[in-house]
Amino acid sequence: MEPFLEFIRENLGSPGLAILISNPQFAFIQLLNSISMGMNYFIIAAGLSLIFGVLKVINFAHGAFYMFGAYITYSVTELMGLSFFWAVLAAAIGLMLMALIIERCLFQFIYDKEHLMQLLLTFALVLILGDLAKIIWGTDQYSVAYPAGLAGATNLGITFYPSYRLMLCVLGPAIFIALWLFIERTRWGRITKAATQDRDMLSALGINVPVIYTIVFLIGSALAGMGGALASPFNSPAPGMDANIIVECFVIVIIGGLGSLWGTFVGALIFGLVFNFGSVIVPNAQDVFAFLLLLIVLLIRPWGLYGRAESEGQ
Amino acid sequence: MGNLEVNDIHTSYDLSQVLFGVSFTVHQGKCVSLIGRNGVGKTTTMRSILNLTPPSQGSIVFDQTDITGIATHKIAKLGIAFVPEERQIFPELSVWENLDIARKFPLVGSATWNEDRVYELFPDLKDIRNRPGGVLSGGQQQMLTIARGLMGNPKLLILDEPSEGLAPKVVENLREQIRELKKSGMSILLAEQNLSFVLALSDECHIMEKGQIKYSGTPTALRENKKIQEEYLTV
Repeated sequence: MEPFLEFIRENLGSPGLAILISNPQFAFIQLLNSISMGMNYFIIAAGLSLIFGVLKVINFAHGAFYMFGAYITYSVTELMGLSFFWAVLAAAIGLMLMALIIERCLFQFIYDKEHLMQLLLTFALVLILGDLAKIIWGTDQYSVAYPAGLAGATNLGITFYPSYRLMLCVLGPAIFIALWLFIERTRWGRITKAATQDRDMLSALGINVPVIYTIVFLIGSALAGMGGALASPFNSPAPGMDANIIVECFVIVIIGGLGSLWGTFVGALIFGLVFNFGSVIVPNAQDVFAFLLLLIVLLIRPWGLYGRAESEGQ
Repeated sequence: MGNLEVNDIHTSYDLSQVLFGVSFTVHQGKCVSLIGRNGVGKTTTMRSILNLTPPSQGSIVFDQTDITGIATHKIAKLGIAFVPEERQIFPELSVWENLDIARKFPLVGSATWNEDRVYELFPDLKDIRNRPGGVLSGGQQQMLTIARGLMGNPKLLILDEPSEGLAPKVVENLREQIRELKKSGMSILLAEQNLSFVLALSDECHIMEKGQIKYSGTPTALRENKKIQEEYLTV
């Protein structure tokens, strides 16, 4: 073993890879880091993917919604002194209210318009919301404390691991299952699925499709707000955080297949794994790996792992 | 209940006008047909009634309610079901899911349609209730489309070319089922190219050409009028 590790260290120039192979505890921690990061991204990207799946609008402002979620968490915990739980709830509800205004006043008029118009509108929202955040919260970087019960580490037998991140590893799949059950096992979910397939026919069956659109947009935006709230303890609310997250979310949903819940879940996990293990193996090149993966998916399977080729779907 | 009045409707797709003043009436429990070649405006007339393609002029009244220009889902809720020519089954939903999302609260008396009752009418659907809509045969899709329309307990059933693309045996079966629906008091508006199918079911026939009704009469009168048949119906 040791000569082999020596070979990796000397010739591949990656001491990180040698540690990964020789230290299972370290590898396990990296795995948990990947999952917790992936699950936080899943919660955000699921909203983006859901909105695209039903409304067929790519909402570039989704990152700004995430940023608002993080800022609201700061205001509720640090300024109002309420618990983290209430802050997450406030972020989700706050974003739903914001989404309601945006959908009713703006989005509902662009569903039938060409993609360029939709892109321009959502991009305009990115700029407006970015400035709005600066007006409300200024340009400081804030820190949000970890919630009381989850600030420490949990003993997993082979290693200690931050409780808060462990909570994300559980919460992500729980939200995935809840969304899956809603879409696959409820009548409203089936109606939502039908809305992605044939809007005219659905309204001819007596279903108020614009209301479905509004509800989906609200749920998708609440997920962005919640994702921002959950990220705020380790990703300090600050201007510009919206731009980073939207790029990462796009990588995830394109790998998984835009509009697919399974695809978003798997895409988020893959992103977490590639990012974390990539940064150990070749430090500072983690982004290269994620985008390389994106490139490969786009070349081989442009509709993503779980997506559907457009010719099939239309 | 189930009375439809279409008064002088004009409808356009963007710049090209398709309907030029179409008027007719469907009374309760009657079957009224729109006949004509492809592209004469039969489907547009139906889409206009449902406001899927809003008419620019004229009015549509259903059971004393002016439904001109109101939202499609509200029109459907008043008791109008649409069975489109393209069938428009939701491909990712199974047969029973397609039926389930069309379920509404009953609108008329005791005649309530539910999943079990549509399976009585179309027994073949019961065996394939878990199959996705996207993999059904043409005949199965047609049955499902009609069954889906019935799930909303309509007072008026609008059928666009139901016999198209179906085997003669299936068409015969379909005709009997539509006759049963009519007997139950449902009003039916039918668009068809299959003349024998129309004549067997209708109480009144309207022949359309270039977005207008050119001839109206009973099936008996139309059957005997070879001149009209030749002028408007033969290819």
